[in-house]
Amino acid sequence: MHIVVLTKPVPDPAAAAERLGPDLRLDRAASPAVVNANDEYALEAALKLTEAFGGEITLLTMAPAGGSDTMRKALAMGATRGILVADPALAGSDTRSTSVVLAATLGDLAYDLVLAGADTSDGGGGVVPAAVATLLRLPYLGNAAKIEPDPAAGRVRVRSFTPIGFDLLEAPMPALIVCTQALGEPRYPSLKGIMAARSKEIATRTLGDIGVDAAAVGGAVASTRVVETRKPPARGATTMVRGTAAEGADAIVAFLAERRII
Amino acid sequence: MGAIWVIAELNGDGSLARISMEAATLARSLAASSGFDASGIVVAADPAPAAAELAAYLPRVVTVSEPEAAGNAWASVAAERASSVIGRDPAAVVIVGSGPDGRDIAGALSALTDLGILVNATGVAWTDAGPSVEMSVFGGKLITTSTFSARGGIVTIRPNTVAAEPAAGPGAIERASPASALTLPRVAVLERVEEAGAAAPIEEARIIVSGGRGVGSTQGFDLVASVAAALGGAVGATRAAVDAGWIPYAQQIGQTGKIVKPELYLALGISGAIQHKVGMQTAGTIVAINRDPDAPIAEFADLLVVGDLFEVVPALLVALGSRTG
Repeated sequence: MHIVVLTKPVPDPAAAAERLGPDLRLDRAASPAVVNANDEYALEAALKLTEAFGGEITLLTMAPAGGSDTMRKALAMGATRGILVADPALAGSDTRSTSVVLAATLGDLAYDLVLAGADTSDGGGGVVPAAVATLLRLPYLGNAAKIEPDPAAGRVRVRSFTPIGFDLLEAPMPALIVCTQALGEPRYPSLKGIMAARSKEIATRTLGDIGVDAAAVGGAVASTRVVETRKPPARGATTMVRGTAAEGADAIVAFLAERRII
Repeated sequence: MGAIWVIAELNGDGSLARISMEAATLARSLAASSGFDASGIVVAADPAPAAAELAAYLPRVVTVSEPEAAGNAWASVAAERASSVIGRDPAAVVIVGSGPDGRDIAGALSALTDLGILVNATGVAWTDAGPSVEMSVFGGKLITTSTFSARGGIVTIRPNTVAAEPAAGPGAIERASPASALTLPRVAVLERVEEAGAAAPIEEARIIVSGGRGVGSTQGFDLVASVAAALGGAVGATRAAVDAGWIPYAQQIGQTGKIVKPELYLALGISGAIQHKVGMQTAGTIVAINRDPDAPIAEFADLLVVGDLFEVVPALLVALGSRTG
């Protein structure tokens, strides 16, 4: 099986150094970048599938040129190779440009499955995978808790979370699947994996390479723009209660009653 | 051109999801400010029940009776049918929820219509530039206000962004009959499984009682559930508790789980790491019970009771019981 995993470098949420630049776009230089946490679940799922069925994993990332640094960690986990779509014209891209670029790049690849994370910790929209699937007319299977391909039959079954339980979905491959954490904890790269990743290929593609008109994507044609920012209202001071369990419980009940919650 | 649309999201039984009532209430207020019409779209094998519910909120509801919506994954079918109702209108404003169905609809509809998307709105107002959309970014450190370059676009809204409020009178329901066959590939639903104990969606709960590592076990979560029941709330959890297998992933709150905005968030044995904080920090009131007075949650809880949750929680159940009883 050949699996493409969509990954995105995001500002490390743990560093808490994210900020907007003067143009009100994310200042990607302000914060160390990491692979988006939800994308690592997708990669882990891909690794388990290729371990079971054989095959290769290609990482696909649209990012500034420095994006290859974070791709190395994902390669160290065991992906076969990476493709980085980097082009100065892509700065300030909205979800529409991102979807068009990812779809165009996928258009040149042969694959059985495309896996994506549920959303990113920076933009947080979770809308790009469905847009990519729609542009490519690929079957789209969301919220996956379990993925069971049948390569001989050319079909894949997915257990997809619903608010009341799950749906068992089936579609022909190639298909695009959005992965959840229920697929399993991402592995840590082994030392051997880290060494091997250094020599793995990361191919860089420009908009010209993937056949997308630079005037049709990027910040200049972005469909949305940030016009204003403000700090959220500060929460009031914390009231701290120490004492017996009964005193603590009474304090909670009194506090909730005062705020008319109970 | 220009119009405000709500694409109805449905519960498993075909009734209207609460998020769509909130989206419809918002659409009505944007219509009042903009002078545009607000309409709902219901795509289902049998759209009648949800359409009747949605018409309580909007002056006009368009139904698309689509047999393919029954045995197939719903979002792409609904997006394609909704896109033909909306048409090619760069000034159209489409409102859906920020949950899985809403996201899937938004992504597919954007690809079909070329409309841009603003996600996870916590507030939407009308301005000369069209809708002005507020969202919380960077783990709650900043609130941004954004607009669409083309005036129109798709907005996904967080639950509890507005309070659902029916209109003065019911709206008209009209049927649209699609002239063409669906072109997007269908994904068959072989089986729909209801899991025992599947709770109401935590995103919509007014009160959430949530447990972390300090809860210690599946049995510990029985205690969390007792408090939730006593308060009429839902049970949430941190990633650590979910990873330990004490509670299903559906209840997870935080960066890789759900983002919630309840009126009350009661945190039991939760330290308040940033990954969890981003999922619940906009709650109206945050109360925590924690043994460690220096835990990060001490910085953003409104009330912190320092103590052993296995002592404080039983006392709390007694105190709540004597209040209501």
